Amino acid sequence: MSKRSGITRRGLFRGIGTATLVAGCATPKAPPPEGPAQTPPVTPGVTLGPGPAPLQFELNGQAVTTEVPPSATLLDTLRLRLDATGTKKVCDRGSCGACMVLVDGQPQNSCMTLAHDVAGRKVTTVEGLGAGHDGGQSPLQRAFVERDALQCGFCTPGMLISCTALLARTGGAAPSADAIQDAISGNLCRCGTYPHVVAAVKSAAGGGA
Amino acid sequence: MKPFSLIRPASLDEARAAVTAAPEHVLRAGGVDLIDQMKEGLARPSALVELRTVSDAPALRELARDGDGAWSLGALVTLAQLAAASEFGAELAALREAAGSAATPSIRSMATLGGNLLQRPRCWYYRHAELVCLKKGGSHCLAINGDHRYHAILGGGPSWIVHPSTLASALLALDARVELAGAEARALPIAELFVGPKEDATREHRLAPGEILTRVTIPAAAPGQRSAYEAVKEKQSHDWPLAEVAVNVTVESGTIKAARVALGHVAPIPWRAEAAEAALVGQQPSAALIERAAAAATEGAKPLKRNAYKIPLTRGLVRATLHRALEVASPA
Repeated sequence: MSKRSGITRRGLFRGIGTATLVAGCATPKAPPPEGPAQTPPVTPGVTLGPGPAPLQFELNGQAVTTEVPPSATLLDTLRLRLDATGTKKVCDRGSCGACMVLVDGQPQNSCMTLAHDVAGRKVTTVEGLGAGHDGGQSPLQRAFVERDALQCGFCTPGMLISCTALLARTGGAAPSADAIQDAISGNLCRCGTYPHVVAAVKSAAGGGA
Repeated sequence: MKPFSLIRPASLDEARAAVTAAPEHVLRAGGVDLIDQMKEGLARPSALVELRTVSDAPALRELARDGDGAWSLGALVTLAQLAAASEFGAELAALREAAGSAATPSIRSMATLGGNLLQRPRCWYYRHAELVCLKKGGSHCLAINGDHRYHAILGGGPSWIVHPSTLASALLALDARVELAGAEARALPIAELFVGPKEDATREHRLAPGEILTRVTIPAAAPGQRSAYEAVKEKQSHDWPLAEVAVNVTVESGTIKAARVALGHVAPIPWRAEAAEAALVGQQPSAALIERAAAAATEGAKPLKRNAYKIPLTRGLVRATLHRALEVASPA
């Protein structure tokens, strides 16, 4: 995971508010990258919990080993244990799409997914979309900036996940406006930037807008 | 959510044993409605029993047609699979359209056929953790004197919920059956899966404890059979229907031989509009006939104070689906 330099709003709050908690919550951090993740498939016949149970999966290309109870959602595990706070928590009921991540390439609401559901699978959050691209941003992310496809930005991580999956399905070809609207129909944007999102997806696919 | 164990059975028998082991053990398929209820405190299971790890029952995941043309749809088939089923012909268009109309693309890829049929109602009084409505052991339905704009106009009382399953409307129109694994395996016409509030207001389906809905079957289509589904929502993308209609008609030599008209989100159970069906059978398709059938579809409706709007809305949907399924041009 990327390390922020300098003082950030989140870092400042975290430093003030959680310093005394750190000793009691030794969060296992993702190990340094060392090749493909060791990903055991889910073993039938096993019962997990109700206490914390070991969990391994791949997060943005890195193997993650952690321990969470079966009741932990993937969203809370990402944000609260794995420091992947790009994924946002808004409705927490699968209605708004702010929490969307890719699980084996498929957009999924991480708030309605249990962390243990992704054992052995590949999870990509908004933090992982820019990997391997110039400037750390995918063409779609650059198009979002160029086309002004966000205002407050809270829906943006989920929008980018839905649109990244759409472009993967089309093989990079420009989707129709209808296809884009359908792909983001589970992403609520209360600022109303939908037309700019559609324009950004078309532009990223080289279709103009 | 209250802490719980996650049981991953390898076989259907293990799953049944785990679910029957304690009343607080609950079966989980896609888990969309279940996790929602658990977050609200409406369901407090001590263990979730995963249907998705069961590997000895291929029928659970099947989406297949047998040699006679009958369909077998596994309980774990997702709404996304049904919405994308290009192998469904005009006879199953209602099911494909209904599946594609429900929820969002990402929820459709998690949500299963079995879970969609067995989900709990969306009534806001039922869903409110602090309110004790009739469904939760209270003395009466809070919708009667409350805000009941989304509630039942047909078959209401003593509870006025509307059944939440969009697939149920389509499957009712398609004469589907459900297969249940239990102490003894059994199959029911889908209409018999649902329990109305006059029989028991605290539940919506007839599964016995430990019974598992394993698949839905749809009989082979007759020549000339076509179906269609339409819904109206406050927001046309990603919303619950205000009303929805699925029709299934068979036209032979210019005459309607068979008709099913199923209404959703207007009654506590998926509702067959038998008067509309009777108006259609034996007749030749025409705009005037469709108008009569649409008017008959809401026969017997008893709206509450603030939901009478659902009557013309439902009639309009019946008209639109019939025009499409019968290929009769809409009057200008």
